[in-house]
Amino acid sequence: MFPRPIQHYSRGVQATYQVVLPIALLVWLIPLLAVIWFSIKPGEDFTQGNYWGWPATGFQGITNYWTVFAESAMPQYLWNSVVITIPTMFGAVALSCMTGFALGVYRFKGNLLIFFMFVAGNFVPFQILMVPVRDLTDQMGLYDTRLGLILFHIAFQTGFCTLFMRNFIRALPRALIEAARVEGVSEWRIFWFVVLPLMKPAIAALCVLIFTFIWNDFFWAVVLTQSPESQPVTAGITAFNGQYRAMYHLMSAGSIVAAIPPVAMFFLMQKHFIAGLTLGAVK
Amino acid sequence: MASVTTDTPIQHSDPTPRRKISQQAIAPWLFLLPAFLFFALYVIIPIVQSFYISFYEWNGLYSPEYRAVEGTELTDLACTELGNRAARTEGCEPTGANVWTGEYVGWENYQQLWNDPFFWTSLQNNVIWLLLYFLAIPGGLFISLFLNQKVFGMRLYKSLFFFPFVLSQVVVGLVFSWFYLPNDGLLNQVLIFFGFESINILGSNEYATYGIIAAGLWPQTAYCMILYLTGLNAVDPEQIEAARLDGAKGPKMLWYVVLPQLWPATFIAIVVTVIGALRSFDLITIMTNGGPGFYNTSVLAFYMYDVALSEFGFRMGYGSAIAVILFLIMMVYIAGFLWKMWRDEKGA
Repeated sequence: MFPRPIQHYSRGVQATYQVVLPIALLVWLIPLLAVIWFSIKPGEDFTQGNYWGWPATGFQGITNYWTVFAESAMPQYLWNSVVITIPTMFGAVALSCMTGFALGVYRFKGNLLIFFMFVAGNFVPFQILMVPVRDLTDQMGLYDTRLGLILFHIAFQTGFCTLFMRNFIRALPRALIEAARVEGVSEWRIFWFVVLPLMKPAIAALCVLIFTFIWNDFFWAVVLTQSPESQPVTAGITAFNGQYRAMYHLMSAGSIVAAIPPVAMFFLMQKHFIAGLTLGAVK
Repeated sequence: MASVTTDTPIQHSDPTPRRKISQQAIAPWLFLLPAFLFFALYVIIPIVQSFYISFYEWNGLYSPEYRAVEGTELTDLACTELGNRAARTEGCEPTGANVWTGEYVGWENYQQLWNDPFFWTSLQNNVIWLLLYFLAIPGGLFISLFLNQKVFGMRLYKSLFFFPFVLSQVVVGLVFSWFYLPNDGLLNQVLIFFGFESINILGSNEYATYGIIAAGLWPQTAYCMILYLTGLNAVDPEQIEAARLDGAKGPKMLWYVVLPQLWPATFIAIVVTVIGALRSFDLITIMTNGGPGFYNTSVLAFYMYDVALSEFGFRMGYGSAIAVILFLIMMVYIAGFLWKMWRDEKGA
């Protein structure tokens, strides 16, 4: 283990470590703690310039959160995010299970080329796709709809998911597939009954990752949507920013609400999440 | 003749292998087809189209096509040239089809870019982003070494340190805008407490870009940290022990024994950091919207969006030219990444 376990050091060092650890965390998270602080303070504090002090009229508790839900389009934005994120997650994972299987199991001409195409496509800067994709979405009559965003996200995320799935399937024991073939099992059934069950950890990892990526997407949300009926929460909160400029208590409550789903997803599925992020490069 | 004798037994004794082989030849293509079509439609073709559009002046619109009504003196061509006025002209009628209004200008968009100071500011900021974003890698390594201990509650500490990465960049942008608020922001309160002058980071031409990059480094460092923490888990304990017996410790051990084993993690960290730096758009939009002044904190990704979709007019061709430049810069890295993958594949 590197560095040397802290238990091997003197008591003084161990005690120092135990003290420094929470302080370091506090410093690291200060910007975030500040927002949480903002979100439970009353609005008057900000007009009076009391940004950081103890609130003059007491804490607001969840009042700011309630205001955000009751008096803004926030619930609609959140719902849009859910409607966009969940189908994208299923769509991209389903498609990439198939591509990953095709590219990981079969040897055929162009295998590597197609694989590289998915990988390269996933890394391109979004801007190179912006004008044509916006135009295409418009031509299909899907501009400013949630479906327009979903379709694009599925297609784009399939690139990343294929990279991940293919590497995962490569690492599975080939003997299993060969054995099934000898038994005369059809290719589709091999995929469905032999490989898919083994892919569960990869599927879980991709689901959390895609959920977070899509939930947090901002660029495509502003390029492909514009109205509260279809905008996800990331874009919504900027519209919100215009509406509540300098109303820091409401803005911060709104940001925290927007951040909760991916954070919850991360804490629930931590192991899978991290496995996904490392792209399988670090075993 | 030899080939016939070797072929015949297979054909006659058991017909299934041949059927199996053809099934195995078709199956991958069937599995690939849906994703491939989708990906081609939304990613591959648009890349080509962007290159194409970058040679045109286009406002993003289509105009209705007109044709001459039979029995009038006008021709189809005349109706088309009349354009929108044709709708009000006797003898012309809309065909129902729409015509792309792009106008070929050759290399003009690129020539304009060359003389566009905002393009150069954006490109320069892109370089600053790329260089400074790499701080996330040693930063992440440092935090991971600090956290790679087995003490009570460590799992929670690690998760909380990773926290910023899970937040949306929009939220990170807002959080840091408030952190940097002139006078009242937490940063300035601290500066004032220690007797320094308050600075308006996001309002200053000098500091704004660095302020945004610092905000971007927060989640990016968390990402690199998690890569290294996972990597450290996989470091071979026997090698460490052996090196320790040989008297290696501290920085020497890190450099000669640990870091080489962490190379896969470092590689991924480099890839995601470069992509993160070149995709920087959200933070700039949220924190400064390109300002202060004209495009002082702009990067290519932001500038492209702004010229193509801002109120100053939809310059899709010009925007595409910027996107092409950004794409070519990124291609250098993508090519490097693919080259390494190709080498690994050959080695495997």
